[in-house]
Amino acid sequence: MEHVQGQQHPIGLYLQIWGLLFVLSTLSYLVDYFHLQGGLRWSLILLFMLLKAGLIVAVFMHMRWERLALVYAILVPPLCLLVFMAIMALEADYTLLLRRLFFAS
Amino acid sequence: MNGAPTDKISHTLEPGWRGVIADWSSDRDAFKQVPWGKAMMWIFLLSDTFVFTCFLIGYMTVRISTTEPWPLPSEVFALEIAGHHLPLILIAIMTFVLITSSGTMAMAVNCGYRRDRRNAARLMLLTALLGAAFVGMQAFEWSKLISEGVRPWSNPMGAAQFGASFFMITGFHGLHVSAGVIYLLIVAAKVARGDYELAVADESAAAGGGAGNYQIVEIAGLYWHFVDLVWVFIFALFYLW
Repeated sequence: MEHVQGQQHPIGLYLQIWGLLFVLSTLSYLVDYFHLQGGLRWSLILLFMLLKAGLIVAVFMHMRWERLALVYAILVPPLCLLVFMAIMALEADYTLLLRRLFFAS
Repeated sequence: MNGAPTDKISHTLEPGWRGVIADWSSDRDAFKQVPWGKAMMWIFLLSDTFVFTCFLIGYMTVRISTTEPWPLPSEVFALEIAGHHLPLILIAIMTFVLITSSGTMAMAVNCGYRRDRRNAARLMLLTALLGAAFVGMQAFEWSKLISEGVRPWSNPMGAAQFGASFFMITGFHGLHVSAGVIYLLIVAAKVARGDYELAVADESAAAGGGAGNYQIVEIAGLYWHFVDLVWVFIFALFYLW
């Protein structure tokens, strides 16, 4: 891919991704509309969310055509956030446990 | 590499503050064939990713740890339209508006690189208008919730932390959209005025990221797509969860 001239891709590709994003958004709205509950609801929400995020970053933000040095510099650091999220989920569960033990009336 | 050329270089080095700037800006580029403006925008977006994720993690933490029931977003954000009770309908419309604005922005980038500056500016203007519509709907949503008694410290529906998370996360996102609208309008005005048509013949200037090319449209686009990207996560984790 020629980078000096910038990222040039056919408009048709953007329209396809746009359509896909519409479909995925509708599907995630329908998850709520049909009152899906429990594991099915959460896994579908996360699946549609990650698909949409992937399409936006890969195509609209041109990440799939960038050199790997830039891709890794941007996409690897956020992995720390997953660790942070796991730590805070543990912490929140512990807080909830203590609140239930000592503040339940 | 070896001793001999060092003397030659030291003659050309600037002393003082000019030297500080020259030294820092003379480093070799790590991101080959990526204009510096784009690399800097990506690094800014990376930092913004950390800010938004910290907000979302804070929201997760208070939602897990509260003993009060969390208000049902599906019901809190429902609207009555023509006698029909529609859950989350405004949020769904806002999502579609923002995705549409991302699509028009992607096409503006394409037009820019094809040197079709009139259409690039028009599409950017349309993107900014859709962004302004999004902020308008968000303002409506905020007024509706505030009139229903939702405050950052309490609300009539359940856990008090709901208001704090809601105003913090959507407020910060709305601020980004508003800033993006202003940013897009400025770049669109400059594109329409022909500011990036200068030095077209000088291809080496174009390769260096200066005037004569439309990389600025792609860089503004990166910011705009990021705002859409953050909304994807807010929509899934705050409104649908």
